[in-house]
Amino acid sequence: MLLINCPYCEETLPELEFAYAGEAHIDRPADPSALTDEEWRDFLFIRTNARGTHFERWRHIGCGRFFNAARDTVSDRFLTTYKAGQPRPDLKEAAE
Amino acid sequence: MNRYRIPGRGRVDHDAPVSFTFDGKSYQGLRGDTVASALLANGVHLMGRSFKYHRPRGAVTAGSEEPNALIGTSRGPGRFEPNTRATMQELRQGLVTESQNKWPRLSFDIGAVNDRAYMLFSAGFYYKTFMWPRSFWDKVYEPFIRAAAGLGKSPSEEDPDTYASRYLHTDVLVVGAGPAGIAAAHSAALAGARVVLVDENSEMGGSILSDPSVRVDKAGSWTWLASRLAELRALGVRMMTRTTAIGYYHQNMVALCERLTDHLDDLPQDAPRERMWRVRAQQVILAQGALEKPLVFDGNDRPGVMLAGAAQTYLNRYGVRVGDNVAVLTSHDSAWYAAFDLADAGSRIAAIIDTRDDLRADLANAAATRGIRVLKGHTATGTKGRLRIASVRVNPVAGGRVGKPAKIACDALLMSGGWTPSLHLFSHTKGSLAWDADSKTFLPDHKTEACQIAGAGRGLWGYEAALVDGNAAGMAAVKAMGLTISEGRFEVEGDRPGTGSSQKELPTDRSAGKAKAFVDFQNDVTAKDLRLAVREGMRSIEHVKRYTTNGMATDQGKMSNINGLMIAADALGKEPPQVGLTTFRPPYTPTSFGAFAGYMRGETFQLTRKTPIDGWAEAHGAAFEPVAQWRRAWYFPQPGEDMHAAVARECRATRASVGIFDASTLGKIEVAGPDAVEFMNRMYTNPWTKLGIGRCRYGLLLGEDGFIRDDGVIGRMSPDLFHVTTTTGGAARVLNMMEDYLQTEWPDLNVWLTSTTEQWATIALNGPNARKVLEPLVDGLDLSGAAFPHMSVAECSVAGLPARLFRLSFTGELGFEINVPARHGLTLWNALMESGKAYDICPYGTETMHVLRAEKGYIIVGQDTDGTVTPQDAGLTWAIGKKKPDFVGKRSLERPDLVTSGRKQLVGLLTEDGSKLEEGAQIVLDPNQPKPMKMVGHVTSSYDCGTLGYPIAMAVIEGGHDRMGETVHIPMPGGIQRAKITSTVFYDPDGERLKA
Amino acid sequence: MTHFSAMSLLKNALTGHKNWRAQWPDSQPKAEYDVVIVGAGGHGLGAAYYLAKEHGITNVAVIDKGWLGGGNTGRNTTIIRSNYLYDESARLYDHALDLWENLSQDLNYNVMYSKRGVMMLAHSVHDVQSFQRHIHANRLNGVDNRWLTPAEAKKFCPPLNISPDARYPVMGAALQMRAGTARHDAVAWGYARAAAARGVDIIQNCPVIAIRRGADGAVEGVDTAKGFIRAKKVAVSAAGNTSVVMESAGVRMPLESYPLQALVSEPVKPIFPCVVMSNTVHAYISQSDKGELVIGSGTDQYTSYSQRGGLPLIEHTVAAICEVFPIFNRMRMLRKWGGIVDVTPDRSAILGKTPVPGLYVNCGWGTGGFKATPGAAHTLAWTVAKDEPHPINAPFTLERFTTGRLIDEAAAAAVAH
Repeated sequence: MLLINCPYCEETLPELEFAYAGEAHIDRPADPSALTDEEWRDFLFIRTNARGTHFERWRHIGCGRFFNAARDTVSDRFLTTYKAGQPRPDLKEAAE
Repeated sequence: MNRYRIPGRGRVDHDAPVSFTFDGKSYQGLRGDTVASALLANGVHLMGRSFKYHRPRGAVTAGSEEPNALIGTSRGPGRFEPNTRATMQELRQGLVTESQNKWPRLSFDIGAVNDRAYMLFSAGFYYKTFMWPRSFWDKVYEPFIRAAAGLGKSPSEEDPDTYASRYLHTDVLVVGAGPAGIAAAHSAALAGARVVLVDENSEMGGSILSDPSVRVDKAGSWTWLASRLAELRALGVRMMTRTTAIGYYHQNMVALCERLTDHLDDLPQDAPRERMWRVRAQQVILAQGALEKPLVFDGNDRPGVMLAGAAQTYLNRYGVRVGDNVAVLTSHDSAWYAAFDLADAGSRIAAIIDTRDDLRADLANAAATRGIRVLKGHTATGTKGRLRIASVRVNPVAGGRVGKPAKIACDALLMSGGWTPSLHLFSHTKGSLAWDADSKTFLPDHKTEACQIAGAGRGLWGYEAALVDGNAAGMAAVKAMGLTISEGRFEVEGDRPGTGSSQKELPTDRSAGKAKAFVDFQNDVTAKDLRLAVREGMRSIEHVKRYTTNGMATDQGKMSNINGLMIAADALGKEPPQVGLTTFRPPYTPTSFGAFAGYMRGETFQLTRKTPIDGWAEAHGAAFEPVAQWRRAWYFPQPGEDMHAAVARECRATRASVGIFDASTLGKIEVAGPDAVEFMNRMYTNPWTKLGIGRCRYGLLLGEDGFIRDDGVIGRMSPDLFHVTTTTGGAARVLNMMEDYLQTEWPDLNVWLTSTTEQWATIALNGPNARKVLEPLVDGLDLSGAAFPHMSVAECSVAGLPARLFRLSFTGELGFEINVPARHGLTLWNALMESGKAYDICPYGTETMHVLRAEKGYIIVGQDTDGTVTPQDAGLTWAIGKKKPDFVGKRSLERPDLVTSGRKQLVGLLTEDGSKLEEGAQIVLDPNQPKPMKMVGHVTSSYDCGTLGYPIAMAVIEGGHDRMGETVHIPMPGGIQRAKITSTVFYDPDGERLKA
Repeated sequence: MTHFSAMSLLKNALTGHKNWRAQWPDSQPKAEYDVVIVGAGGHGLGAAYYLAKEHGITNVAVIDKGWLGGGNTGRNTTIIRSNYLYDESARLYDHALDLWENLSQDLNYNVMYSKRGVMMLAHSVHDVQSFQRHIHANRLNGVDNRWLTPAEAKKFCPPLNISPDARYPVMGAALQMRAGTARHDAVAWGYARAAAARGVDIIQNCPVIAIRRGADGAVEGVDTAKGFIRAKKVAVSAAGNTSVVMESAGVRMPLESYPLQALVSEPVKPIFPCVVMSNTVHAYISQSDKGELVIGSGTDQYTSYSQRGGLPLIEHTVAAICEVFPIFNRMRMLRKWGGIVDVTPDRSAILGKTPVPGLYVNCGWGTGGFKATPGAAHTLAWTVAKDEPHPINAPFTLERFTTGRLIDEAAAAAVAH
């Protein structure tokens, strides 16, 4: 069972208190009607599915907040978590 | 007194005899015995039969790695379990045990005929045959193979025992309470860390329990052990015996299974049988020791052949000599000590046969002192004896050549092929192993978790080495937490260090192809099988394992993996690490299902959500149905009524006068804030801006893929507050979806979302007399049609309770939904029932609700839609705000396949002959076509107990909206039904009644 | 290839089994092949076999980063059935079932396809409606599937608890008699041996680094740990690793890889005659010929390539099994393990051409890939050989995610009202 740090609660808690919410940094287009079918497909369905560092979203069921995480999908280890809306972190910094 | 028990010796209680039975025969052992040690004390070595050849087998170990001595154990009704290791099951008064995989009896087993056909049953034989004739596989071959395999019998009754589970957080978890583990726990605890020390055995001490002659810090090892354990206890270390660390999970979570009652004479009342601990530790110290390897030679499986370390344990811990005339065959120094201990205890040592040419002088001298014959540079090439070893055949080996055989008579043969570090848990973490060419074993290499490995697990041998290393591991663990402690010192006298060599099967002068040199005892895998697998192209150890089943028995390769690897590597002409090591998987030892399930059983398997009115419904005889996590009243049968009759009555009563329905399970969400309207506009398909205060609207929610996800009536309480209802099953999903969009896509919107599903009890009143029932109870609101028209909402008081009152209808009748705080739900229900008496108010359940709504053509999301239905398909285009620039799912509705013609659309169906259609029945245009038929749709809802006098149905049909009036065909097993496509609204199409 | 038979077994037994030959050679890559298949699981090896057998294309290499059959082929719970809802799915899986029935004889390798029946339990009114829909659709598609009452279900599978007081009572079941299980490793080995006998090279321990494309955009071959291998056609059949391999060709996939766990009990004498699935409580169970109860779980919630998976899911799965089969509470778990399954947005496979000329893909089988093995392999071979899909796999395109023509089995089954 993974341990996950909620950046809002600033607490590290077991996975049972969290729900996975898919890949992060996929912004819903401001004007979907302007998109081609292919562009809309990419937004809806195409996923990085990274083997290695994966930027993803989780929801802390306790506080209800969605947040972002960088996790290594080979070791399942969390590299960092950060609040929704924040840019992808520089992971070298996060490792220190 | 047992023939093979030494009075006063060992850690068993010689004053406490314990009776038990094995295969119906009574035996006596002592308190502290295992079943295996007690049987051995009685001279019984034959304890089981092997998997494939049904060969007679005895205990080969004294621990949890035992592959042979598996027995059935029972204690009264429902308490039987197969495949219990006799070497681990502690004796208890009246324990009933039986041997397995034999017929008619253990000493004479018909299944042993397989042993004669040994040459046929080579590795992978079943892949090569049993293919002709084809039908014979299912009917003849497979049943035969299945019946022959399988070891013990399954339990056949429900388990009366309970199981528990707990969480535990600690600084340091030490797995294994041998010398290394105890030293580690000690230094960590001295440094001030919270420490948990666990061991799978009934008492702590590990190898010390089998080595009383060693002296530590000027005391006998057992005295030292007792005082050190007392010290640990005084330091506050949590010490758990009979507790197996079964799995090592992410971020230092270790699962422990603690066995609480299987060893007790009397079952305590209400105590769990086992308890699963989920321990989260900052540091884990693995001090699991090492497992002794068998030697691989012809006849190495005969009862009486066992590991030297096991014999030493039986002697020193249980006071049992495993034989009178014992031969020892070894490639490691450790077996010599077992021989010495047995000799000193009065057994004759027939010979020590060492495969090595160079022997340690001190060991040779100690043997000479005792008058023990020593054969160095020898191999073993066979054993004799039907149900117990009678002799071993040995040959000298010189320059790779096997010399002339000699026979050595014995009644037990102790073997040692060296030791393998026990790194199973380390493997669970995906920690990597490195091959150590010197010791020919895998040692821990790269770590992925915050753990230390100590003692024999790192390939260190001898007590001093284990104590020093354990101490260092404890120090390293606490150092990582910022604590310090000075190094511990240990003075060990009479230490038993040793080295040895690992090898493939022993050389022989006989045809290797005929030798039954077992590698995996339980699964009957021989060295020859492994070599055959390699010959047939199996190049990786994973292939060899799967082809031969080596390492797949209930010991999971603890006995066989390294020997198998050495032989496969030799056959391939490669170094072992190039052939690989199969991955160890949890659990470390087989663990009962009950322990995993824990409290998740019966009523507490998964919570059942109940409404405030549930108790009333139960008291009034409701039949219930599970809906998502809820149980809901399905219908209220009166005496003599079946479901059909009850539902028909409930429908009639509601249409004729008034019905009452518990709608509390409906999901409810408050959407509040200055931007609530904008949020609703973006989430739902409908327009919300112009919805007046106190008005309601049917809301439709799509997924971003354009398909219908949920629906419900939504009321506007104030300019910035919406009361949203969702389907019963969709409540959590919808709230999660709303939160997702609000928090991550539209954080600029000033909106709060609150789930109020459990806060409101919701009661629906429907029927022409609904207003008459409700009106007397309402304060502060004019219920007249003019003042409070259809699709209104208001706050008022009902039966003196604060209420949110909706006028809406899911039945087509005049309808109200009254929400009151959940704790008042039953009060309101009773008040309405009382007020409704005059109108013969009728409680109805979900089935009647479904019928009434279907008559009116209202859809159920999840029944009439299935995740592939668009608003257009469902005839809900009117619910889409045409002028809105965007809402969730809007863009997807423009995708090519969603605007194409011929999509399945929701319609009504009426059969020509008035017969009822079956839900799920498939619809075709041409009933005479061959299979596979072209199906154009299916029946989504169908009822015949409503008030119309004829059955109705809803269906999705390709291009259905353009086929009104056409006839379609529904081929059923009993004939073809014909039905006419109609509108979905069967009842009161103009809506006169609900506007009343 | 040595023909396997009772006679050859007997003959070899008499000579100490010294004369068996390798079932397939461990090949080194040639410079060029007509077709390279990435992924030596049952699907990839099977595709190579059918390319050789049915299309005469034998200059084929199957390459794998590890050992053949070491991925999901060797890690699944071996359930085989075809009673799917949508016509497209039913046809594909039924095609596979037709091939399963003759596979042992076709390959001359006993894959132990065991027609013991797969029973799916209905635990709610919604389940009943959904299964009835399956059964009616299957009947008109000519696919075997029938409805059982709780009592009939109990008769078919005696350990089943049909008490109406259960948390999720059994309200009936859908039974496909023609369905069952097979020996997973034997499927990979049987295909490997039969493909190798027809000239296919099986190259193990050779990770693909990238798919190389020419100036015209078409496939040129694959860069591997053992060097560049030229090929005009490349078919990717790499399950959980598909996204990574396809990305190297510039094709981004609608896939996510999740851990899927399974477990076995200690072996016991025959007690469980069939396969039982319960989607409501997320548990699948059968008994292997060796006697182990083989139990499948759902996927963990997060994407992962770790092949580990967590404890809570396993606890839930075991609890579910004991709830439905209470006599197994005292049975013991022997081993649990994880695989990586690649999942598409509509939970149906992608099998066909890609936007890159000469590049084909077979992926997205989620938790159901084993049962499709012969059908997927057979139609993939057809698609590669003819550069156009077989009618059976034609609906399983990558384009459906653009057009919206999804084949959503999960949505059709899993929505609760």
